Amino acid sequence: MLRSRLCERAVGLLQRASPASARVPTRQAEARATRLFTAIVLVAVLGGCSKQVHQYTQEPFPKKLSAWHLFTGKPSELHPNQGVIPYDLNSPLFSDYATKYRFVWMPPGTSATYSATDSFEFPVGAILSKTFAYPESEGKQRLIETRLLVHGKTGWTPLPYVWNESQTEATLDVAADPTVVHWKEIKIDYVIPNQNQCKECHEKSKASIPIGPKARNLNKDYNYVDGRANQLAYWTRIGYLKGAPSPEQAPRATVWDDPASGTLDARAKTYLDINCAHCHNPAGSANTSGLYLNAGQMDPMRLGLCKVPVSAGHGAGDLLFDIVNGRPEESILIRRMDSDLPKVMMPELGRTLIHREGVALIREWIRSMQGKCEAKPASL
Amino acid sequence: MKVSISQVGVAAMAFALVFATSCAKKEAGIPAGPEFQKKFQEALILAKPGAVIELPEGKHDLTTTLSLSVENVTIRGKGIDKTILSFKNQKTGSAGMLVTSNGFTLEDLAIEDTKGDGLKVNGATGVTIRRARAEWTGGPKETNGSYGFYPVQCKNVLIEDSIVKGASDAGIYVGQSKNIIVRRNRAEFNVAGIEIENSQDADVYQNTSTNNTGGLLAFNLPDHPVKDGRNARLFENNVYNNNTDNFAPKGTMVAKVPRGTGIVILATNHIDVYKNTIKDNATANVSIISYLSTGNPINDPTYDPFTDEIYIHDNTISGGGDNPVGRIAELVAPKMGKPLPGIMYDGIVDPKKGNANICAQNNGGAELANYDAARGFKHILKNASANNCALPPLNAVAGFGGN
Repeated sequence: MLRSRLCERAVGLLQRASPASARVPTRQAEARATRLFTAIVLVAVLGGCSKQVHQYTQEPFPKKLSAWHLFTGKPSELHPNQGVIPYDLNSPLFSDYATKYRFVWMPPGTSATYSATDSFEFPVGAILSKTFAYPESEGKQRLIETRLLVHGKTGWTPLPYVWNESQTEATLDVAADPTVVHWKEIKIDYVIPNQNQCKECHEKSKASIPIGPKARNLNKDYNYVDGRANQLAYWTRIGYLKGAPSPEQAPRATVWDDPASGTLDARAKTYLDINCAHCHNPAGSANTSGLYLNAGQMDPMRLGLCKVPVSAGHGAGDLLFDIVNGRPEESILIRRMDSDLPKVMMPELGRTLIHREGVALIREWIRSMQGKCEAKPASL
Repeated sequence: MKVSISQVGVAAMAFALVFATSCAKKEAGIPAGPEFQKKFQEALILAKPGAVIELPEGKHDLTTTLSLSVENVTIRGKGIDKTILSFKNQKTGSAGMLVTSNGFTLEDLAIEDTKGDGLKVNGATGVTIRRARAEWTGGPKETNGSYGFYPVQCKNVLIEDSIVKGASDAGIYVGQSKNIIVRRNRAEFNVAGIEIENSQDADVYQNTSTNNTGGLLAFNLPDHPVKDGRNARLFENNVYNNNTDNFAPKGTMVAKVPRGTGIVILATNHIDVYKNTIKDNATANVSIISYLSTGNPINDPTYDPFTDEIYIHDNTISGGGDNPVGRIAELVAPKMGKPLPGIMYDGIVDPKKGNANICAQNNGGAELANYDAARGFKHILKNASANNCALPPLNAVAGFGGN
């Protein structure tokens, strides 16, 4: 335990002392040199933390999460190994109120390429890790699953690892059973997505891609072990990102539940982008619906305004349009978000509970819309 | 390596499941029992392209959507009434099965009581469904799932010798697809028996569609990413007694279909309807309408709401029209009397075209009535000379799934 903490410290020092952050004043450079020396000594003494992250870029992928060496020390504490960087998003996907821990790792000497609109282009070997956890009892959290998205030689592969009861290891299970989670008086039949379901959300034009790591989602500060920094700037500094402008020049998504971060319209669209647009975009798996909720979508009809649903079946219920201006109670969008019935609810995957706060936001947004949908429903 | 369940132990079965997909003959058997769902889903994920997954006899209980994304996989049961995937206790997911890979075949099994659609196939080239059944076993109910067999944005779709029952939307629903054969199926007690929507090049033949709200539908709707539905041949079908009250959720398009409709052609072009037996559909044996008749707004500037180039000929049309409901009953029947003619046409024509080429010939005694919905049902015409015309035949769908 102590060793792993020291390892982490050494790794942190190494990161801060890395040549990627070269252009700094001399006095700081000296301090950095000292830190670098300390780190090297620490690493040399400890030896044990020289275990690097293990790259697997094709089948067979390891059955145990620990084989990747993404984390050091006590498994359930998720201490990142060298080069494994935590990150966060301005507005996250709702996942039944789970706490989510995200990390990124890239092979030494490689970096992702910036895009202003899409997910970054990651190098082969890159690993994105997302762990889902609940605080089940006072001060004690239970890790449920860790989903890896691995950029292999033939593209991204999703790998769902399920944590054991003793929290010592997570095991690859491509078709895991649901697990019961107790959280705040609520019993959740938590569904661990199977590997195909991972693909359904991560699909773009039939290939799997990451969803979260886009400029607009990452453009925020994060409290790193070595201090607070903007994530885009930090990734750039440690060599994980090339081509990024300064954070002020990069797009920045609003924080859906923070009115100080943007207008109601902007926050609602951010929410729809991160919660719906992985499928509801012109190249996503829900493109058959013609409802596109991706950031930057300008066509009001494609966003659902007075749009007749396509093959929505029970999703539509007795309602005629995806969004009716000013009338959330007549909008299919709200009906589907505000449901936990499998044949009605949206998103179809990734939740079993209703996200009350999210529904409230979209309801308020629809209520604020002017105009009305013309309809004279008739039988044929 | 065909696995016989009675001959091997459980451990050997598990071994076979995991490894059979990579062995030379690419066949895997899934054992029945409490582990069926997990084993089946694992097999679907770990399957190698070309695998055949064999399912045993019996009623297998499933609680979540199964999914497949591996190319050229066949799922095969022991028979349409012998291997039953029952989703009566489904807790999560909407569809019974969701397939996103090319070259998919489903045969000799039944999918029952799914919360949402029975089988949805999304964006695949090469879909074969044969001797399969999708059914909601409690009879027609609004709470039933929407579609039985539902390929969408697919190419080369063959659905044959199958049965669909109880769908609260369409039993067989082919949407936004191309190159389609739907033949020798039986559709009953659905809202729509068989529906071809926003699709091109479909041959729909020798099906029996009865006791639905509407028997056979060819639709082209707005706001879809794929439009321009056209070119379908509907022939040698038996479409009768589709008089079940409409039980679709009201927001759906098929909720507008009046009970007692045989064939509905809505806003789609180049449809050849021939040699069908169409009878005893109480509202209209054949209904030809424009999207404007739905009363829905059109926000989609690229959408063509008009119905053109329809040829109804050499059909045996009898009975029906005697107990209509909906708009025809309220606005047309009082003027024309009952029974209404066998072919009902709303007469709405694209003003830019002037002539829609809606043709009907040689349908026994059945007449075509243009009930002039465009001008408030004022000038109702029967057997107008404008509709006594013929259109050239359409090409057969070819190139896949032959007999």
